Amino acid sequence: MTAMKAFWRTVGRDLQLALRQGMDSFTAVVFFVLAVVLFPFGVGPEPAVLARIAPGVIWVAALLASMLSLERLFQLDYEDGSLELLALAPLPLEAAVGAKITAHWLTTGLPLIVAAPVLAVLLQMDAAGFVALVAALALGTPLLSLIGAIGAALVLGARRGGVLLSLLVLPLYIPVLIFGVAAVDAAVFGFAVRPHLMVLSGLLLAALVLVPWVTAAALRQALE
Amino acid sequence: MHRYANPGRVLRLSRTLVPWLGAATALLIAAGAYLALVASPADYQQGESVRIMYVHVPAAWMAMFCYAILAGASAVGLIWKHPVAELAAKATAPIGASFTFLALLTGSLWGKPMWGTWWVWDARLTSVLILFFLYLGYMALHSAFDDPARGAKAAAIMALVGFVNVPIIKFSVDWWYTLHQPASVFRIGGPTIDASMLLPLGVMAAGFTTYYFYVVLLRLRAEIVAGKIKALRLRQVYG
Repeated sequence: MTAMKAFWRTVGRDLQLALRQGMDSFTAVVFFVLAVVLFPFGVGPEPAVLARIAPGVIWVAALLASMLSLERLFQLDYEDGSLELLALAPLPLEAAVGAKITAHWLTTGLPLIVAAPVLAVLLQMDAAGFVALVAALALGTPLLSLIGAIGAALVLGARRGGVLLSLLVLPLYIPVLIFGVAAVDAAVFGFAVRPHLMVLSGLLLAALVLVPWVTAAALRQALE
Repeated sequence: MHRYANPGRVLRLSRTLVPWLGAATALLIAAGAYLALVASPADYQQGESVRIMYVHVPAAWMAMFCYAILAGASAVGLIWKHPVAELAAKATAPIGASFTFLALLTGSLWGKPMWGTWWVWDARLTSVLILFFLYLGYMALHSAFDDPARGAKAAAIMALVGFVNVPIIKFSVDWWYTLHQPASVFRIGGPTIDASMLLPLGVMAAGFTTYYFYVVLLRLRAEIVAGKIKALRLRQVYG
C-alpha cells in the first residue's frame, strides 16, 4: 500500500514540476504542430498528396517530439542529486522509473494525442482514419516514452547527450512507427485495424514489463 | 570462463592462436574465392552475378554472429564484471559494423541487376539497416564518457537491449513475405541450395569466421596493451 502511495507521489511530483515550469513541457506539442505544419509547405498544398502522407507525417513528428522531450526525463534530477535520493528511497528504483515514465507520458504523450486529430484535419486526412489514429497513438506514445527512457538513462553524464540519444533511440522507435502508420493506413483503405493495434499492445505490454528493469540498471550504473 | 578473466593469460593465448588463425583465414578465403569465382557454376537464372552471394551471405551471417557475440560478451561483462569480456565486446563492435556494412553494400550491388533497384524497404533490408545503426549507437555510446568504465557499462546495456533485433532479422523473411528470398541454408528440412554452390559458400563462411577471430584477437591484444601503457603512464606521473 505504501509503495503504491510512493509511486503516485513520485508521479505527482514530476507533474507538479512540469506544471511549474510552464512552457517547458508545452514545447514538445508546439514542436509537434510546427513540424507537421511544415509539410504542406514542403510537398505542396495538394489535398490528395497531403491526405496520402498524413498518417506517416503525424507519426514521424510525434516520434521526434517525444524524443526531444526525453532529455528532461532524468537529466535535471541527475544534476541536482534527487536521482540519488530516489535510488536510496525504500521504493524500488524500478517503480520510481515507472512513475517518472508515467509522468513523462502524461506531460508529453497525452498532449500529442489531443493535438493529432486537429493536425489530421489540417492535412486533409480521410475521416475514416481518425479513430485508428487516436487509438494507435494512445498505444504508441506510452511505448515511445518507455523505449526512450532507456536511452535517456544511458546517456546521463555523456558528452553530446542529445545527438547520442537520437542515435540510440530512433532505431528502436522504428517498429512503433511501422505498426502505428499501418493501423491508420488500414483504417483509411478499409482493411482490418485490429491486428496492428494488437501488435502495438503486445509491444507495449512487453515494454511495460522489461523497460523499468533495464532503465533502473542503466540509472544505477550512472549513479555509481 | 573465469580462467580468461586474467588479461595476461589471454595475451599469451592470443600469441599462439593469432598466427594459426591468420594462416587459416588466408587459406580459406583464397580457396573460397577460387571455388566461388572459378570452380562453381553460374546460376541458370541469375548468370554470373550469383557470385556476389559468396560474399554477401557470409557477411550477413557474420553481422548477426558478431552481434550475438557482442551481446553475449556484454552480458558476461555486466554480470561477472569480467574485464576481458568487456574488452572483447568493445573489440567486436567495429568488426560487426563493417560486416553489416559489407552485407548492405553487396546486397545493394546484387539488388540492382536482380531486382532492378539498389534498395527496397523490405523487412530483411530494413532490419539489417537497424542492426547497422545499433552498432553505430553502441560505438558512439562507448566513447561518449570521460570515464571509459562508464562507457563500457552503458554500451553493454544498450547492446543487450538491441539484441531484440537479431531474431527479427532472422525471421523477417518468414514473417513478412516480401522481396528478399527466404532462408535456403539453415532451415528445417535441410538446405535447398545445390551442393556445387553450398561448398564454396561454406568455405567462404568458414574463412569469414576465422577472419573475425583473427581480427578480434588482434584488437583485444591492442586493448590490453593500451590498458597496460595507461597504467604505466599513471604510475610514472603519480609515482
